[in-house]
Amino acid sequence: MEKSVRKYWPVFLLPTLIAFTIGFLWPFIWGIYLSFCKFNTVNKVKFVGISNYTRVFSDSTFVHAFWFTALFTLASTVLINVIAFLIAVLLTRGIKGTNIFRTIFFMPNLIGGIVLGYIWQILLDGLLSNWGLPLLALNEKAGFTGLLILMGWQQIGYMMIIYIAGLQNVSPDLIEAAEIDGATPWQILTKIKIPMVMPSVTICTFLTLTNSFKLFDQNLSLTGGEPAKKSQMLALNIYDTFYARSGGQWKGIGQAKAVVFFLLVVVIALIQLRATRTKEVQA
Amino acid sequence: MKKKVVSVLLSTAMLATMLAGCGSKAAAPAGGDAPASEAGADASAEAETGASEAAAPAAAPAANAGEGKVYYLNFKPEADEQWQKLAADYTAETGVPVTVVTAASGEYETTLQSEIAKSEAPTMFQVNGPVGLNNWVDYCYDLSDAEITKGLTSEDYALKDADGVTRGVAYVIESYGIITNKKLLEEAGYSVDKIQSFDDLKKAAEDITARKDELGFSAFASTGMDSSSDWRFKTHLANLPIYFEYQADGINSTEAIKGTYLDNYKNIFDLYINNSTCEPKELSAKTADDARNEFLDGKAVFYQNGSWEYSSLAEKFSDDELAMLPIYIGVGDEANQGLCTGTENYWCVNSEASEEDIAATLAFMNWCVTSEEGTKTMAEDMGFTIPFKTAEASPNVFVKQDADNTAAGKKPVSWNFTTMPSEEWKNTLGSALTAYAAGTGSWDDVKTAFVDNWATEYSLANE
Repeated sequence: MEKSVRKYWPVFLLPTLIAFTIGFLWPFIWGIYLSFCKFNTVNKVKFVGISNYTRVFSDSTFVHAFWFTALFTLASTVLINVIAFLIAVLLTRGIKGTNIFRTIFFMPNLIGGIVLGYIWQILLDGLLSNWGLPLLALNEKAGFTGLLILMGWQQIGYMMIIYIAGLQNVSPDLIEAAEIDGATPWQILTKIKIPMVMPSVTICTFLTLTNSFKLFDQNLSLTGGEPAKKSQMLALNIYDTFYARSGGQWKGIGQAKAVVFFLLVVVIALIQLRATRTKEVQA
Repeated sequence: MKKKVVSVLLSTAMLATMLAGCGSKAAAPAGGDAPASEAGADASAEAETGASEAAAPAAAPAANAGEGKVYYLNFKPEADEQWQKLAADYTAETGVPVTVVTAASGEYETTLQSEIAKSEAPTMFQVNGPVGLNNWVDYCYDLSDAEITKGLTSEDYALKDADGVTRGVAYVIESYGIITNKKLLEEAGYSVDKIQSFDDLKKAAEDITARKDELGFSAFASTGMDSSSDWRFKTHLANLPIYFEYQADGINSTEAIKGTYLDNYKNIFDLYINNSTCEPKELSAKTADDARNEFLDGKAVFYQNGSWEYSSLAEKFSDDELAMLPIYIGVGDEANQGLCTGTENYWCVNSEASEEDIAATLAFMNWCVTSEEGTKTMAEDMGFTIPFKTAEASPNVFVKQDADNTAAGKKPVSWNFTTMPSEEWKNTLGSALTAYAAGTGSWDDVKTAFVDNWATEYSLANE
């Protein structure tokens, strides 16, 4: 076996490597190069140095989009994980109809983001107009809350499934032992269950964090960045820079924004992974 | 043994994916000697990028394999069907394969950008005027000596770059104004002939609003500020203050707009939103379909839009029931003001395409505007008025009205929104107008978006 692996490794490795190079590595390098260029289409590019990057940081809409995204990511990560975990705890207690509940909570995740965005836009606009408040396209706060509701509705079910799987893996022996030792249900939850599901927490926070940070389609369809780009998140801001403006220099600036965006996502994800990993326990 | 089976299976699976990946690539050059199959593969790729499906010519005779082919990226979704048919007919007649792909509404620039970078790039595309040409000038073939340019009714319909070289030709002339339901207007006690100025329009609209419940309809269809509809106001309506300012200053474009007639812009916008089918607060969510349906259902007398709406309105109304009023904003010689007539549709030929393809494209363009079938399709099926000597008369009632107006000595308002500095400028103005309509923003914000942002965007677009 050992020998044949040594002999046939290219057969196993090369296809993936080639696909990875064509599909990821090459476009990625090309993309970074483009961020230093002025171009209209990728066939005719002109190198302009780092001027695109200086423009990125002097763009007030990008800075606003960054803070909006950061705030949204924080709020949605906390909200989604807390609620998903609570529902998971409830639905691992053997209540009647557990499976039906799990299915129903999971369902929204199966619908695409653009569709959800438009549906919620109609729902929320209806509600706001009933209350006599400015509609979504005019109301930054409503846009923010709307996005939170939408993302929560869509993602809680998915995270719930991961937490349920984690909770079911907590050995009953441990819980029984704790009960015999006289632990209260609260103690069992905080001292046994939560430490034991830390791997799930790592996965779920990673997913919600990156999903929220990279959010695009829900943002596009629910608010479209209105009013006046105040509810625009980073990904939409990049798209907007790239496509809504005429003149070659904007493509390069959009590309530079995308590179900055990539670095932000990587840094945040790494910090988060390290932070939650250290809390994981073996049992 | 079991392990071996698994590893064999796995490596087969991997190889299969690799081969599949290479396979699709290998297929393209293999089809090189049969253009039809290439065009077919191209069309299916288009469908993936969100553009609407193209009907590739079914079978091109093998004899024409060495000649050029045409790939037209169409801007007008409402005319997609007719273009597909015209392309198929052309192929049947001459054997030159013509692919027509239509970009989704509002996605033309995006689609063009990705399409033109492909190896099978559009040979024929369109720009919306001087600002659009600025973006694409490197890709625009010199049309100065082309047959089609010589057929234009007026030199004005040739789009020239900064050096005076013709890079595009207008292929459709359109008019917009306030589409009026004559029957309802008469029911309210007014007639089209009596509305000759902004004051007349205001009087009629406000009177209709006052008697709204009794009459059962409103003055204006909703001034929808959803992105499907806001261009009617941030672009088309905004053309009027720009036009009158250019007229007053004797210029054709500017790096910094002064906003001389912004108060008039405010007056007409106020009139629209306050005499409408819905509350101004709800406008941000109203779409183009909403406004059209309100007009079709007889819930509104006036509806600001253009001659391109004729085909959808003609399904319900007879020609006698429809009229188009000039958009009066209370500036200039209103009695002699005509409809807003012009174009933002210029055909360009991709200069990067191969020589055969360029020749084929020029021939196709020329055929569209000179042959009997081409001119007939464009006039009757698409409802276009084409600015060529060989044009057929269009049955479009709004187009006819524009011709009558001009014949009666009324001066058409030209389309100056092609000189607006960028899409971004329009979007910012749109946001400001939406907020103003709903009461969450002030008119000062609109002014800033109109005047200050023009200079900002102009310098950004021309650096």
